[in-house]
Order: sequence, then structure tokens, then C-alpha cells
Amino acid sequence: MLDVLRSMLFVPGNNPAMLQAAGVFGADAVILDLEDAVALREKDAARFLVAEALQSVDFKTSAKVVRINTLETGGEEDLRRIVACAPAAVLAPKVQSAADIQAVAGLLESLEQPGQAPVQIIALIETPRGLAEAYAVATAHARLIALAFGAEDYTAALGAKRTRDGLEIMSARSMLINAAAAAGVAAIDTPFTDINDEAGLRADVALARQLGYKGKLAIHPRQVDIIHEVMNPSAEEIRWAQRVLAVLRQAELEGAGAVSLDGKMIDAPIELRARHVLKLAENNPAGGAEQ
Amino acid sequence: MKNAVGREIPAAAAGYGQVAAFAGAFQTTQPLRRYAPLMKQARPGDDKVLDNLAEVFKRIPVKDGMTLSFHHHFRNGDGVLNQVLAVAASLGRRNLNIMISSIFPVHAPLIDHIRSGVVGGLDTNYISGPVGKALSQGVLANPVIMRTHGGRARAIEAGQAHVDVAFIAAPACDRYGNVSGTMGPAACGSLGYAMPDAEYADHVVAVTDYLVDYPLAPVSIPQTRVDYVVAVEKIGDPKGIVSGTTTITKDPVGLKIAQSAAQVIAASGLLKEGFSFQTGAGGASLAAADYMARIMERRGISGSFAMGGITGYLVNMLDRGLFKRIIDVQDFDLEAVKSLATNPNHLEVSAGYYANPFNSGCVVNMLDTVILGATEIDTDFNVNVTTGSDGIIMGGSGGHSDAAAGAKMTIIVANLLRGRLPILLDKVLTVTTPGETVDVLVTEHGVAVNPRRAELASRLKDSGLPVRDVHDLKMLAEKMAGVPVAPTFDGRIVGLVEYRDGTVIDVVRQAGG
Amino acid sequence: MTTLTKPAQAGTLESGDVVVTVAPAELGSGIEISIESLVLLQYGESIRRTVLAVVEHYGVVDAAMKVVDRGALEYALTARTKAALERAGLVGEVDGDA
Repeated sequence: MLDVLRSMLFVPGNNPAMLQAAGVFGADAVILDLEDAVALREKDAARFLVAEALQSVDFKTSAKVVRINTLETGGEEDLRRIVACAPAAVLAPKVQSAADIQAVAGLLESLEQPGQAPVQIIALIETPRGLAEAYAVATAHARLIALAFGAEDYTAALGAKRTRDGLEIMSARSMLINAAAAAGVAAIDTPFTDINDEAGLRADVALARQLGYKGKLAIHPRQVDIIHEVMNPSAEEIRWAQRVLAVLRQAELEGAGAVSLDGKMIDAPIELRARHVLKLAENNPAGGAEQ
Repeated sequence: MKNAVGREIPAAAAGYGQVAAFAGAFQTTQPLRRYAPLMKQARPGDDKVLDNLAEVFKRIPVKDGMTLSFHHHFRNGDGVLNQVLAVAASLGRRNLNIMISSIFPVHAPLIDHIRSGVVGGLDTNYISGPVGKALSQGVLANPVIMRTHGGRARAIEAGQAHVDVAFIAAPACDRYGNVSGTMGPAACGSLGYAMPDAEYADHVVAVTDYLVDYPLAPVSIPQTRVDYVVAVEKIGDPKGIVSGTTTITKDPVGLKIAQSAAQVIAASGLLKEGFSFQTGAGGASLAAADYMARIMERRGISGSFAMGGITGYLVNMLDRGLFKRIIDVQDFDLEAVKSLATNPNHLEVSAGYYANPFNSGCVVNMLDTVILGATEIDTDFNVNVTTGSDGIIMGGSGGHSDAAAGAKMTIIVANLLRGRLPILLDKVLTVTTPGETVDVLVTEHGVAVNPRRAELASRLKDSGLPVRDVHDLKMLAEKMAGVPVAPTFDGRIVGLVEYRDGTVIDVVRQAGG
Repeated sequence: MTTLTKPAQAGTLESGDVVVTVAPAELGSGIEISIESLVLLQYGESIRRTVLAVVEHYGVVDAAMKVVDRGALEYALTARTKAALERAGLVGEVDGDA
């Protein structure tokens, strides 16, 4: 369920009304949040609630992800309570090093029930140190499937001001996607925090997409559709991808070696991109409907 | 006897007489004639202005058992009903029949007037607040008559409901009885619901706190129908008058539903040049209108008219050219009032013009689509907006049944669960609007289409909308919430729910102890 | 069998949530539950069954409980009941993993 992650929607972990509504917005993943969205003295209650929700609430087509606390601040109790309830992945916050991921992976292994599908890990990179270690983090463990970027804490640590156009995080975004690509894992972009600024969100997602990001964190349900709209391939891209694969099939039949389309060589990265485009298209049957 | 929606209906009811059973939305026609009110004669020099309401009671005179009518354009800011009933009580009047187009929490003093015998009958289209609870608990000996906005106009125009005295809360009035709703401290805009009363009552009294020089213009209710003018200190509280929930919902689930509703309209085939539309003033309906406006803009479509409770949002759509006219029977905010006063394409119409099924054509018949709410809806698509799940009266049709009957496509928007309660049931507690007039249910968990509209269902499916069988949606709700124990209420009948054609579609039984 | 050592509470009064309050009760007094809910007619029995199932699971036999419901679904009610019991200082053997 985690192979397409255009949007990952945060949902406060101690709010039943929001938890049970989370699945209706069509996000590719929901992130049931035990960390920032939950007050310190409610962590215990939120763990029970998220655990029950994982088992009982229908999140529909959204993959179930839980943001745990850092292992130093209650993350271990989080995992003890929720791993058996089979989330698809956990989002580990404030990841600083490969060791952080290995520690989470070790706990997951020890807590999983026999026969349970391995719980995957997404690392939230939100400190300068974490960003410096991004490639090591991305290659720390087989369960690590994606790096996600959290720009608010990151810019606070830099002492930089967050702006609408995000020039201050341009290099961080580029570094993070490079680390993810080098490690062969996905990269998820930082959320756009002004939930009332649709145009700003649209531009921000377009920029992330231009940088190579395939997904974005969302902090409000209204952001999901816009993220999908921008992240989804256009009709033209879908046609292109179909033609790429058609040429490749034809070449395979004919036993041809190097193949090209419109005068350009089709190499492995182009094939990969074409397949991704078609996977997104397939995942979005309502793409033609009016939004 | 059982009516056409399977409800057990009495043959007759106290204070009402013979009951005609609902037979289908367009099955009942009656050989009626318009009622003729008393002729009047005013001589040169006559002064219509009286010192106070007590004087009006003496001059008419208002006698025990008479029917007094009121409009609800002031909503929860109305001061006139309470003032008139206080005078009635002080003069020792008994057993008055009160016909008011809607009742709000501000009208709580009604309960004591019922207990003390000043009021002996109640006839209305919508009730919110403590009066509904008291009625459900049985405070009134005779059942309350619950009509639709169009049905009330029909009953008055046909003389089926005879109004002895119409007390018209008048935001602005001149000494000779010309009334407008767009001026004065209690400006409420359209006076559409007061128009049948003014036209057909035997006596008409304008109650105002803004007496202007003769002649007032433009006139909503004319001097030719107004017998007396009374100036009081205050006819209403402006805060309660333009109180409506006139902001777009921020609730993400509500927005999701609204967006789906707009997509349903876009996919229905109805959204083309000349499109017409009605929506309520609730936050979710407004959100749907907003989504729809964007689609219209993208497609370059302009509609013919919008109607319903008018808000600044619809006015904005008119100003942007998305609709050519607003047809206005009621306003919910000051922008709407201002637009009615200044924009010639913003038309004020009467409740009869809006929705009376028994005239030569009411506006709802010209609607392409309407978006409405529901407290409960059942798998036959019958809708309840009259009683809560505790059996207590908390609403009523208002224009719900009228618009549903008239529109080519009626959309109900609702959360699949309200609190824990599934909105979808096998049988609604009270049928307000018959399922044959309801086409689509839009919830956050999918869209259900009335099986009578197979062609519409396939259109929506082809557009990629999540169309589901209504029974499947109901099962989904029960899977989330558990199967509710259906409460039964078998006390005496405390309310008659009258369909717009004058037949009875359901009854409300005593509840709430 | 387990006993409670102090009164405790979990949940909120927001729509869709529920506040579950538990307090120790005298030996032999059993489980006493008072329920306040807008959907008492439709779900009163279901609420009682859900709370009792959790209480039994924890092996608690004596407790005074109050449920103030704002339309919580069963999973939320279960979670709040568990949290309240855990906060009430359970002493003794809980069967299985709660």
C-alpha cells in the first residue's frame, strides 16, 4: 500500500472524530499522530485510541502510518502499544542518524506478531544534523522506505525565516531528495502550513514535483486533492509513458538492444519514470472527473 | 389508514377535522377556489395609525378563538409574536389559533400562553428550540399543524386556513400602511412569507418601529391590504434577524460532502447555460454552492436564477454574472438585504409564487437542482427534517418538500453518521419529504442514487463518482456505529405533518416524558 | 482479579468522544455504571456492554464508573475505558495483554 505516496495526511491521535473521518479524504496515507498533536499528559490515552483506531476504523484506500515520539520521549511505549495493531509504517520524528532508524527497526522486529507483515519506517528529517546524515539514514535499514522532510523545525534550527516561496529550504529539499534517490527510497516533501492559501500550496507542490519529489505531507484534509492534482501525471505524460512502454515491448519482441523514442534513448531511469507515471494514473481512476 | 409512504394516519384530528392521506407527490388535486377576504372601505382622512396593540385588539375586535398569523422573517430576532400574545393575555383572550410561518427559541413565551389557555392552536412550518420540545411533550391539547412553506401559502390562499388577523412585523412602514423589508433598524429583506397573509387575512395590521413619510417606496406589502399601523418601540433584534449560519463550513468532512455534491451537479447533465439552483443557508450548502460556482466559471456557464434563503454568497454569484436573477423569498444576511434593495435583478416574491403547488406555476417547478439537508433518510429516500432521533420536534419542512418536489434533481447532503447515529435508516422516524421526490444522497462515504433514477446513477458512475447502493451505505454506517435500537413512540398524536398539497404525510407522537 | 487504587478519568467532551470516569469501590459492590448520552435510546445497552467487556478483560470486579458520551464509536469508548482503568492504578493480574 505504500508504493504510491503522493499525499500523507496528519491526523491528531487523540481526537476520535478526526481519526474516524481520516479515511474519507482519499490521501494515499494517513499519519495518526502521537507526537506533536498530542499533549504530554494525554500520550497514554492517545496510544490506546490510536491502537483501537488501527484495528477498527476503516481508513479505506489510505495506508495506515503512525507518527511515534522519539525513542527518548515515549516512542518505545508508542511502539509497544501499536505495532501489534499492524500499521503499514511508522514515521520516526527528528531522526538524526542511522542508529536512530536501527533502534526503531530493532523494536519493530521484537514487537511484531508471528506472521505479521513487517512494519516499514519513514524517517522524518527535521534537523540540520539529520539532513547531514540523510544518506546514512536512508540506507540504515531495509525497512526504511522513505525520507520525509520537516522544514519548520529545520529552519528554526537554522535561524532562518520560513517564507511562502521557500527559498530558505531550497538546498535542504535538494539535499534530501538526492540522498533518497541515491539510496533508492522515496522522498516526501515538507507540509505547506498555510491551510487557507490554495494557490500557495499549488505552487509549493509544483516546486517539489519539479525537484523530483513524488509526495507531500499534508496538515489539512483540504490539501489532499490539490496535492494529488499537481502530483498526478497529465494526460500528455500518461500518453508519453504508454508510448515508452510500447516501444520497449516492441524492442523486446524484436530482440533489439538500444531503443529510442522521438530520437531520445530510452534508458533505465526513463523506463522507471514511465512506469511511475502509469502507476499514478492507474491509482487515480477519477482523474478525469472535475475537482 | 395507511398513506402512500406507509404511515398510519388518523381519519380525523382535533382542531383539524378530516384528514386526507398522502397519496403521492402529485396525486391529490382539489376543486378549490381562492378565498376572498373581507372587502374594506377607507375614507379620505381616515387615520390607520393606532396608539398600541391593545387598541388594535379593540378596534378589530380580536375575539377568543380567532386565528392570528405572523411571519418569521425576523427568525430568532422576532419581537412581534411575543408582544401581541402578551397583549392578548392581558386582555384575557383565550384559545387563539397562532399561525406563524416558523417558530424560534425566542418564541419560548408561547409555551406559557399555551399552558394558560391564551393559545389553543398552533400552525407552522418549522420549529426550533423549547417550543418544539414542549409540543412534543404534549403541552398543547390539539396537534400542532406542520406545513411546508408552499403548503402554508396554499392553505391560506384556498381558505383552508382562514386568517382572521395578520400581524405583519414591518421593518419600514408609512402611515397609510405601505410596508418594506429593506429599510429600518430591523431590515430583513424579502417579506415573501408575509404576502399570503397580507393578501388573504380579513384584517391586516402592520407593526413597525420605523414609521416613514408617505409614500414609502418600493412597496412590498401595499396600503390597499393594510388596515392598521401600530408603531412600537422595537419589533425585533437585528442580531437575531440576520443571524443565519451564513459562512462556508470549515469542517473538512462537510467540505468533502459539498465538493461531492457539486461534482454530482456537474455530472448530472443539468449544469449548462440557464441552469437554476436552490440552496439553503447552512454552511455545507454554501460550500457546495461555492464549489459549483468554480465549476460554472471554468465551464463558462451562467445560470438563469438562484433561489432559497439568500445570503451574501448567492449575491456575490449574481454580481459575478454566474446567475442572471435571484428569486428571493427570504434573506439571511445584510448583503442580501442590500442587494434586494438595490439590484433590479434581485426579485422579491411571495411564498405562493415560490412554492404553492396549487397555482398556475410556482418557482420551484423551474428548478434544475436543489441541495437540502436531512436529519434522517431511509432506504426509500424518505427524509425526516421534523423530529430528532429522540422523537422531539426540532425542525420541519419549511421549503424542503416544496423544492424537492419541484426540482429536476434533489440532492440531500448529510454526514453518514450524526454523532454516533447513522443518518440512513430502514424507516425514518417522521416522513417530512417523500422519497419519490428525492434523487441523490451525498455523504462523505459515497453517493446513493434513488433507484427510480437509474439513468442518473449511470451518469454519475461514468463520471467516476463513488456511487453505492443505498442499502450498502446503510450497512457501512451500521458497521461503524453499530445497529441502533430504533426507539418507538406510541403516545398520543401531538403533530400532523401536512404535505404541500394538504394531505397528511405523517404524524408526530408524544415523546420526551 | 485486579483492584483500582485511585479515581481516574480519560477522554474529552468533544463531539465523537466520551469521558470515562472510574473510581475504586468497596469489595463486593460490583461494577456500577452510570451513562449519560444523547443516543441513550439507541446505544445505551451497547455502551454498557462495551464498558463491561473492557472492565472484565482487566479483571476488575468492583468499580464505580461514569460514562459521559458525546457520540463516541465503540473503538473510542473502548480506548477511553482502557486509559481510565490504567490511570486508576490497577493492582493485580490482568489476564492477557490489554
